[in-house]
Amino acid sequence: MKRHLLSAADLSRDDAELVLQTAAELRSLADRPIKKLPALRGRTVVNLFFEDSTRTRISFEAAAKRLSADVINFSAKGSSLSKGESLKDTALTLEAMGADAVVVRHGASGAPHRLAHSGWVRSSVVNAGDGTHEHPTQALLDAFTLSRHLGRGKAGSLDGRRVAIVGDVLHSRVARSNALLLATLGAEVTLVAPPTLLPVGVDSWPVETSYDLDAVIPKADAVMMLRVQRERMNGGFFPTPREYSRRYGLDGRRMATLQDHTIVMHPGPMVRGMEISADVADSDRSVIVEQVTNGVAVRMAVLYLLLGGAQPGGEE
Amino acid sequence: MSTSYLVKNVSVLGGEPTDLLLRDGVVAEVGAGLEADDAEVVDATGLVALPGLVDLHTHLREPGREDAETVESGTQAAALGGFTAVHAMANTEPVADTAGVVEQVWRLGREAGHCDVYPVGAVTVGLQGERLAELGAMADSAARVRVFSDDGKCVSDAVLMRRALEYVKAFDGVVAQHAQEPRLTEGAQMNEGELSGRLGLTGWPAVAEEAVIARDCLLAEHVGSRLHVCHVSTAGSVQIVREAKARGVDVTAEACPHHLILTDELAATYDPIYKVNPPLRTRADVEALRAGLADGTIDVVATDHAPHPHEDKDCEWAAAAFGMLGLETALSIVQETMVDAGLLDWAGVAERMSYAPARIGRVADHGQPLEVGAPANVVLYDPSVRRTVDPAQSASLSRNTPYRGMELPGRVVATFLRGRPTVLAGALV
Repeated sequence: MKRHLLSAADLSRDDAELVLQTAAELRSLADRPIKKLPALRGRTVVNLFFEDSTRTRISFEAAAKRLSADVINFSAKGSSLSKGESLKDTALTLEAMGADAVVVRHGASGAPHRLAHSGWVRSSVVNAGDGTHEHPTQALLDAFTLSRHLGRGKAGSLDGRRVAIVGDVLHSRVARSNALLLATLGAEVTLVAPPTLLPVGVDSWPVETSYDLDAVIPKADAVMMLRVQRERMNGGFFPTPREYSRRYGLDGRRMATLQDHTIVMHPGPMVRGMEISADVADSDRSVIVEQVTNGVAVRMAVLYLLLGGAQPGGEE
Repeated sequence: MSTSYLVKNVSVLGGEPTDLLLRDGVVAEVGAGLEADDAEVVDATGLVALPGLVDLHTHLREPGREDAETVESGTQAAALGGFTAVHAMANTEPVADTAGVVEQVWRLGREAGHCDVYPVGAVTVGLQGERLAELGAMADSAARVRVFSDDGKCVSDAVLMRRALEYVKAFDGVVAQHAQEPRLTEGAQMNEGELSGRLGLTGWPAVAEEAVIARDCLLAEHVGSRLHVCHVSTAGSVQIVREAKARGVDVTAEACPHHLILTDELAATYDPIYKVNPPLRTRADVEALRAGLADGTIDVVATDHAPHPHEDKDCEWAAAAFGMLGLETALSIVQETMVDAGLLDWAGVAERMSYAPARIGRVADHGQPLEVGAPANVVLYDPSVRRTVDPAQSASLSRNTPYRGMELPGRVVATFLRGRPTVLAGALV
């Protein structure tokens, strides 16, 4: 694996399968009474969050702590970066504290890339979501979840599985990372959105696209719903939230057209009643809560592989 | 009495070697084997002589952002790049929208003495795009402003643009439009295309530039005014200007060196040293610009020299300022992309970088052929050497050159402003 995880494109199929297999081993830890490994004892992981985030930050924190790393949480929102201290100065501060890995969430696309390549820090950089660019560990946990439900043989193989990713693809870092990673793992991805919410040039991505949700989901093995952010609702991307829900929301009526084994996913936070109805979110098909659990295991695997080295079993 | 200079064995516009005698501010004699006992001899064997370059598009940042550039430092960079005149854009603080500000900039240029500074006046008060600035007062001031531009912002209101085009006819002015439809470029960061979608950087569609250029060509045609289009960056824009010219519209256009050599692929580094307005475009756009510059659709190479302090580039892409340095590398890039590529000869370079910009800016003392009696504004250029760009060597107060470490052809050896050297042996005098 590369030293940093900035994009799902950084992962070869072998890399991605290694992460997912490692996560599978670490996932079993969640069911044990003592959930801690000494693998990263003495190492420091900094969670550098320039944007509000609950689940991703907590997930990384839990992952690092279960590997016995020291964790420093740094939420810049509303403090230094609001005006004054730059990304660079914050990074230099963290470097001076001896961070081994920096997990960064930032509103600007490419900010983790800048951290990794500007010479400001020597530590490994993990992208925990940057602007409208990527969120590679979310894609890894989604792949892990898909693999547990739909996997064929070894962890990570999604050959031939059909995944529909539905919603605001244009502004979604989750969609970008998933499109890249799921294709790497052999899945057939279809992005479903109104034309205004598909990026220019999407035809060159390794995916299919469709404007018609009803035509796509009966063939899907998994349906991943993306959040529609409130600020988009008034941005003219679609006429009204009601029309969006009618055309691109997943409700009970549409859920009835899914195959029996098809799962429903959502990276969270959900806007119930907008892109997903409450009965779908709470249905047996929904793996949304499991995604959160899997997130910890996948992030443990990522931190472990970036910072550790030996196999997890050998360190206990 | 000022020193005279006898330039020996120089190739004027790439022609047969000859001599030039620069005396009393003019080209006093031209011909092989000249002698002048009182003149300092400059051996120019192997060098090309061009008329002093004229930049239609320079940001000198003074007043207001003297941390990025001053008239003094910016005109030093200009002289080192072979320029004897620059047009200083109006987006200073305060904005150059009154006679007072343009006269101040003009006077600072005179005092610095490295090249002539022609202030550009803002079209609208405070660049706000709401009402016309006192264009006539700026035209009548000591700065004699003839080029008006809200550069950095587009005069997007069609009525306001029409009035500006009409109004400047009274004093033979020209409106230089920064063509950028604001609604189509809200939050835009880089050229819109497959790459912007992949990088998650908000796209800047070509149509946002082309739609404004098309509209302005129609407006200029309708009211019979002349229009200048700043920093054309797309193949579509080149074609729109080409068609307008064919119809007889009085439109001129400029291209920037960076748009002749760099492409949007560089945004994949997320290094905002490559962030510029308009953005770097695709290889096809670069090729179209070169072709347009070669066939005369694009009249001028203008630098859009845009200094920014280090901290405004040493950050994440979205937070960084738009713009890049250009004065000291412009001629080398034109050599690389146009001359060495066989698209333009040295006479063509003189036209695009001296005669045409002087004509458009109505600058009488610049942009004249190096003939007897012409003002002695001359650049001596060595096209045979190659150099590696080192930002630390720049005379600019800023270091935001995208060409760091790049090897470029050619070097300015000397620049003369009215017979007085501003640069000799490649260094400021």
